Amino acid sequence: MKALRRIFRRLTSWATSAKDETLLRAEIEAHIAMQTADNLRAGLSPDEARRQALLKFGSIEAIKDTYRDQRGLPFLETLVRDTRDALRGLRRAPAFTTAVILTLALGIGANTAIFAVIDGILIRPLPYPQAEALVSISHAAPGLPGAPDLGCSSSMYFTYRQENRTFEQFGLWSSGGASVTGVAEPEQPRTLFVTHGVLDAVGVKPLLGRWFSQADDTPGSAETVMLTYGYWQRRFGGDTSIVGRTLTIDSRTRTVIGVMPEAFRFQRDPELILPLRFEQNAQFLGGFGYRGLARLKAGLTIEQANADVARMTGLWLKAWPPNPGIDRTVFQNARIGARLQSLKQEIVGDIGTSLWVVMGTLGLVLLIACANVANLLLVRAEARQQELAIRAALGAGRRRIARALLAESLTLGLLGGAAGLGLAYVALRILVAKGPDTLPRLRDIGVDPVVLAFALGVALISGVLFGIIPIVKYAGPRIATALRGVGRTFSDGRERHRARNTLVVVQVALALVLLIGSGLMIRTVQQLRSVQPGFTHPEEIQILHSMVPAAIAGEPERVMRMQHEILDKLATIPGVTSVGFATRAPLESFLGNVGNPVFAEDKTFAEGRIPPIRQIRRIAPGYFPTMGTRVVAGRDFTWTDLYEGRRVAIVSENLAREWWGVPRTALGKRIREAGALDPWREIVGVVEDVYDNGMHVEPPKFAYWPALMDRYIFGGDKGSAVTSGMFAVRSSRTGTEGFLAEAQQAIWSVNGRQPVFLVTTLEALYDQSLARTSFTLVMLTIAAGMGLVLGIVGIYGVIAYVVSQRIREIGIRTALGAQPAGLLRMFVRHGLWLTGIGAALGLVSAAGLTRLMSSVLFGVTALDPVTYTAVSALLIVAGMLASYLPARRAIAVDAVQALRAE
Amino acid sequence: MNKTQLLQGTLDLLVLRILELGPNHGWGISSRLQQISQDGLKTSQGSLYPALHRLEMRGEVKSEMTASENNRRARVYTITRAGRKRLNHETETWEAFALSMRRVLEEGQ
Repeated sequence: MKALRRIFRRLTSWATSAKDETLLRAEIEAHIAMQTADNLRAGLSPDEARRQALLKFGSIEAIKDTYRDQRGLPFLETLVRDTRDALRGLRRAPAFTTAVILTLALGIGANTAIFAVIDGILIRPLPYPQAEALVSISHAAPGLPGAPDLGCSSSMYFTYRQENRTFEQFGLWSSGGASVTGVAEPEQPRTLFVTHGVLDAVGVKPLLGRWFSQADDTPGSAETVMLTYGYWQRRFGGDTSIVGRTLTIDSRTRTVIGVMPEAFRFQRDPELILPLRFEQNAQFLGGFGYRGLARLKAGLTIEQANADVARMTGLWLKAWPPNPGIDRTVFQNARIGARLQSLKQEIVGDIGTSLWVVMGTLGLVLLIACANVANLLLVRAEARQQELAIRAALGAGRRRIARALLAESLTLGLLGGAAGLGLAYVALRILVAKGPDTLPRLRDIGVDPVVLAFALGVALISGVLFGIIPIVKYAGPRIATALRGVGRTFSDGRERHRARNTLVVVQVALALVLLIGSGLMIRTVQQLRSVQPGFTHPEEIQILHSMVPAAIAGEPERVMRMQHEILDKLATIPGVTSVGFATRAPLESFLGNVGNPVFAEDKTFAEGRIPPIRQIRRIAPGYFPTMGTRVVAGRDFTWTDLYEGRRVAIVSENLAREWWGVPRTALGKRIREAGALDPWREIVGVVEDVYDNGMHVEPPKFAYWPALMDRYIFGGDKGSAVTSGMFAVRSSRTGTEGFLAEAQQAIWSVNGRQPVFLVTTLEALYDQSLARTSFTLVMLTIAAGMGLVLGIVGIYGVIAYVVSQRIREIGIRTALGAQPAGLLRMFVRHGLWLTGIGAALGLVSAAGLTRLMSSVLFGVTALDPVTYTAVSALLIVAGMLASYLPARRAIAVDAVQALRAE
Repeated sequence: MNKTQLLQGTLDLLVLRILELGPNHGWGISSRLQQISQDGLKTSQGSLYPALHRLEMRGEVKSEMTASENNRRARVYTITRAGRKRLNHETETWEAFALSMRRVLEEGQ
């Protein structure tokens, strides 16, 4: 209580200090008047009486100082005063201040920006209420060789809905496209398909209208659709009367029942939301193409939910029939098990590693920036030595001076931080507007209080970091030496440069680490780019996805003839060298993996065991020549193969080698997909491997089927055609606006109601597959560039300073006959010495630190000797240059001038 | 305890002792101080004021502006209850300290 009262009194008295001062003045005046009167009574003359009174009283200023210290919050007050002094001092040195603030702004800005990215993607919860209770449900199948993460099958939907004990809400979803016709040009908006329960689990209420209900899921009920905010704005100008109106989607009339709010986010950024409908009595075990989403009951953990799902998979396996042609033992042997993860984990994926690597390197850049600033501060403190000494002589204690110096560093740190925050804000705006699609949660990134706090923290820590060195060196009581001054008698001590040399060595070492990091990334990209991807000149290949209207989808041959006609039209566009058609283009695995087990007639598999999963792609003749995929053995499909329903197949070289050793021997062998429903198909060709999942992943093993087949596991007696596929057009005009319009027109000239979507070039897909590596590369290169520049500036600064300090010495040496070349060598040697030690330290640290980034490397080890040698050589050359330039000044010194100058 | 701290403590005690005799203004206190210590405490008169200020901050004395003799406005200090309490306490401590010091010094001889 007492302590509290004291603090309160101090606070109030601090606030009323001006009034206090007048009071004190008056009191002192009264005291002196009384003493004077007393002295007069003792018989002194009036003047002498007052003089004696003043003398007896002592220093009024000193009393005021003590007074001030006792009163109020001395810490806060001196802080304010120190800051004010610091700002005044900085204003007087604009060049120094600008240099420091710019350096810090770069360092702090870069770190703040990347932290904002990390915060937005990794740290902040998903933008849903109680997002931590959301889990994504997938399944592992250790018994299925080559099987990726299995999603959920539609039969699981029913079992899990009825039997679960841990879900508050549960549903399945998938994403894709649906064609909207009748509004303007036919289009294919990104569409989210959901069962009842998905939106309920997510918990974001619609802006207008309502969510899907159980009824919307039930086959036979009225067809409905929901819009997302962006699509509603773009297509209908935000018309609130939209609810209740109808849209033609996939040739069916659907009633709009609701619009989601602007803040609604979902994976792949959907525009339309359609209900998923499953006929309960027509479901089988297989078909794991859906994603499961659940909201756990309050307080339950993922482990508990995992156990619950594991229990339900057992029930599910008994409750549903296997797909026709597949034995139930296949499902049993697949050992399908629950694999739940938090929804956030699923969305964020493995981007974390790259982000932390980038954050780490930018942290190093900040360290270099701090070292540079510390160096500048040292120079400044040296110049201010006399000022500091005078302050000390006037009674300022070591702590008082340290506080003043620290206040200056902190002020600089905060100013730099503010500028950095501005930079980060701009950088983030650009990133969010143009950022790579592969970055998840891009729209969640921004400056929020956490980011602000981070920037403030970094600014203060940097301030302390670079402020501490001048304090240690100059706040000490070395008044006499300092006061004697930087005069002629003052010789240049080795010790004076030690701090600055150390800082430069640290800078060089850190810069080397950064350079090696970016060097390794450059090598990685080189290695990835040198991979033969299985296609050629991707920049020439235009890709357009299209989907035939549902009305004719049931007639496979008609579908194929229509696509054939489109291909012919595309081929007549000027500049087109070849055209192709397939279910999808290479590097489009983000559309979901199409894989199934493939059997070979001459290979036997144990009862109930199924062969590994292979990629399946259906193609029309001309696809391989268009992509530039080499036929290794045999031939391509022909149109006759397709229209006559010949049962033929093409396999990738790696599949042929796995089963038959030599590609040629694969010809004539027969294979089929999945089960007994699919007929045996004879291999007529073997093609080069295609890196379909990215250059850093082994090329998958492929089975290629004709686009039109007389019988297939999917589709009925009438055979099967590809209703939603991709047209590839190779032309030197690819990428131009006019060309794209012509290609689109060619499709619409055959069928005006056919939506065209996912329009891109193979090059764009190729770049996108390298996007994450390129992102890391670009960030690391920027960081390394900054590090190198700051490091060189550091060396340059030290040598330049040393030269300027030793002008007199140089003059004497020259006068005594020293050769210019010898002088030059002396200074360059100094610079090289610093660079060499820094480089050695850097190499050791890099060997340790780059190991942390091995997961983002490809084709090179973290200790790649080429990179290490090249980068060290680069740094040594840069260091030599940075010391040569200022050293040239030394030999230009005129001996007489130098000796006379001060 | 460094020199100034020791001095401060002593000065506080002396001021409280003087004020215990009756309210007084700054100059009055400093004159009494000189008499009591017979110039033994070689401090300037001015250094009294920070001490007064300190005591006031601690709530051990209070002050008000009054008209003093020959109609001059002066700030008059009065000891408070907290001040008396501290004086008693400190006097005891001081006496105990002085006693033990004497013992040490005498026995040391």
